[in-house]
Amino acid sequence: MYKSSILKLKIFTLLRICAVFLTLNAFSLPVFSQETLKEGVEKKFEPSEVILEHIADSHSFHILGNTSVPLPVILYTDKGFEVFSAARFEHGKADYVGKYYTYRLINDKVNIVGANNTLLASATVLKLNSSLIDFSITRNVISMWMSILFLVIIFIAVSSAYKKRQGQAPKGLQSFMEPIILFVRDDIARPNIGYKYRRFMPLLLTIFFFIWINNLIGLVPFFPGGSNLTGNIAVTFVLALITLILVNLNGNKHYWKHIFVPADVPVWIWPLWWVIELVGIISRPFALMIRLFANITAGHIIVLSLISLIFVFKSLYIAPVSVAFVVFMDVLELLVAALQAFIFTLLTALFIGSAIEEAHH
Amino acid sequence: MIGSIAALGAGLSVIGAGIGIGQIGGKAVEGIARQPEAASKIQTAMIIAAALVEGAALFGVVVSFLGLK
Repeated sequence: MYKSSILKLKIFTLLRICAVFLTLNAFSLPVFSQETLKEGVEKKFEPSEVILEHIADSHSFHILGNTSVPLPVILYTDKGFEVFSAARFEHGKADYVGKYYTYRLINDKVNIVGANNTLLASATVLKLNSSLIDFSITRNVISMWMSILFLVIIFIAVSSAYKKRQGQAPKGLQSFMEPIILFVRDDIARPNIGYKYRRFMPLLLTIFFFIWINNLIGLVPFFPGGSNLTGNIAVTFVLALITLILVNLNGNKHYWKHIFVPADVPVWIWPLWWVIELVGIISRPFALMIRLFANITAGHIIVLSLISLIFVFKSLYIAPVSVAFVVFMDVLELLVAALQAFIFTLLTALFIGSAIEEAHH
Repeated sequence: MIGSIAALGAGLSVIGAGIGIGQIGGKAVEGIARQPEAASKIQTAMIIAAALVEGAALFGVVVSFLGLK
C-alpha cells in the first residue's frame, strides 16, 4: 500500500518532468521550423547551420518562441564611433546606412559594404589596425552582466548574514553556500597551495562561482539562459590569461631559478631548457582555455543535435526518443558544469602552488 | 570530403582519450579498493590526470573542428 503510493508519486514526477521538457521544446519549435520554411519553399534542414548559430554569439537575445530582443551595435570605424540598434538589420535581411558606411549582417557578424555589394571590411576585435572594430553589447555580454549581478546579490546577502549572525549557525542561503565555500578552501586551495592559501581564496572562489553559474545559465534554453558564455573561446581565453598572469606574478625565487638557472643541468643545454620551460608556462593556461571551451561547446552541440534529429527525420515518433536523450544529456551536463568549474579552479590552485612552493632540500 | 576527414580526426583523438581515461579510472578504482582510506587523495589525483588527458584529446577535437571551415 505504502510502497505503491511512492511508486505512483515517482511516476507522476517523471511524467511532470517529461511534460515540462516537452513544452519547452514546443516553445523552441518555431525557432527551428523557421529555418525549414522560408518564403513558402521547403528548404533542406541543415543541422550544423542551426547548431553553429545557436552556440555562437549574436546581436539579438532570443527570449522565448519567436520573440527576441535586438541589442545595441557599437562599432569603431576608422572615421569614428557608430551606435545603432541591431533591429535595423531586420535579422540580416536589410542593410543599415550609417553615418560613415553601409553595414550588413552576415552570419551574425557586422560587415562594411561598399558600392556594387563589395565587402570592404568585416568586424574583428583582434586586429587593432582594422578599419572596423566591434564593441557591441552582444548576447554574451548581457549574459555575463546578468551572471555577475546574480553573484553579487548572492554573495552580498551571504556575507551580510555572516556579519549579522556572528557565532551562530548559518541560516537560509548562507547554509547552502557555506559547504561550497569550505569545499573550495579545504579541498582545492589548502592541499594545493599550502599555508599561504588565504591570499588566493578570493580569486579561486570568484573563478569557481563565475564558471559554475555561467555553465548552469548556459544550460537553460530560454530567457536568463540561451547564451553560451563559457563555451566562448574569448571568455575562456581571458580567464586563462588571468591565471597565467597571476601564476607568474606570484612566482618566487625558486620558481624563476628553476626556469632560468636549473641546477644539475649542463650550461650548454640551458637555451633549450628555457624554450621548453616557456612552452610549459604558455601551454598550461592554454590547456585550461581549450578544456573549458571545448567541454561546454561539445555539450551544447550534443543537446542541439539530438533535438535536430526530430527535424532531420521529420517524424513525431522520433521525438520521445530524442527528448529522453536530451534529458539524459542535460543531467550529465549538470555534472559537467560543476566538474569543469572544479577542474579549472583546481588546476589554477595547482599552478599557483607550484609557483610559490618553497625549495625543499 | 574535408568534413568527413575532420570527423575522423575527432574520432581518433577521442579513442586516445578513451584509452587514457579508462586506464586512469580503472587504476584509481583498484587503488581505492586496496586502500579505501586514501580514497579522497586518489580521487583528486585521478581527476587531475583525467583532466590532463582530456585536454590533449580536446586539442585534437578543436583542431579538427577548425579544419571544417
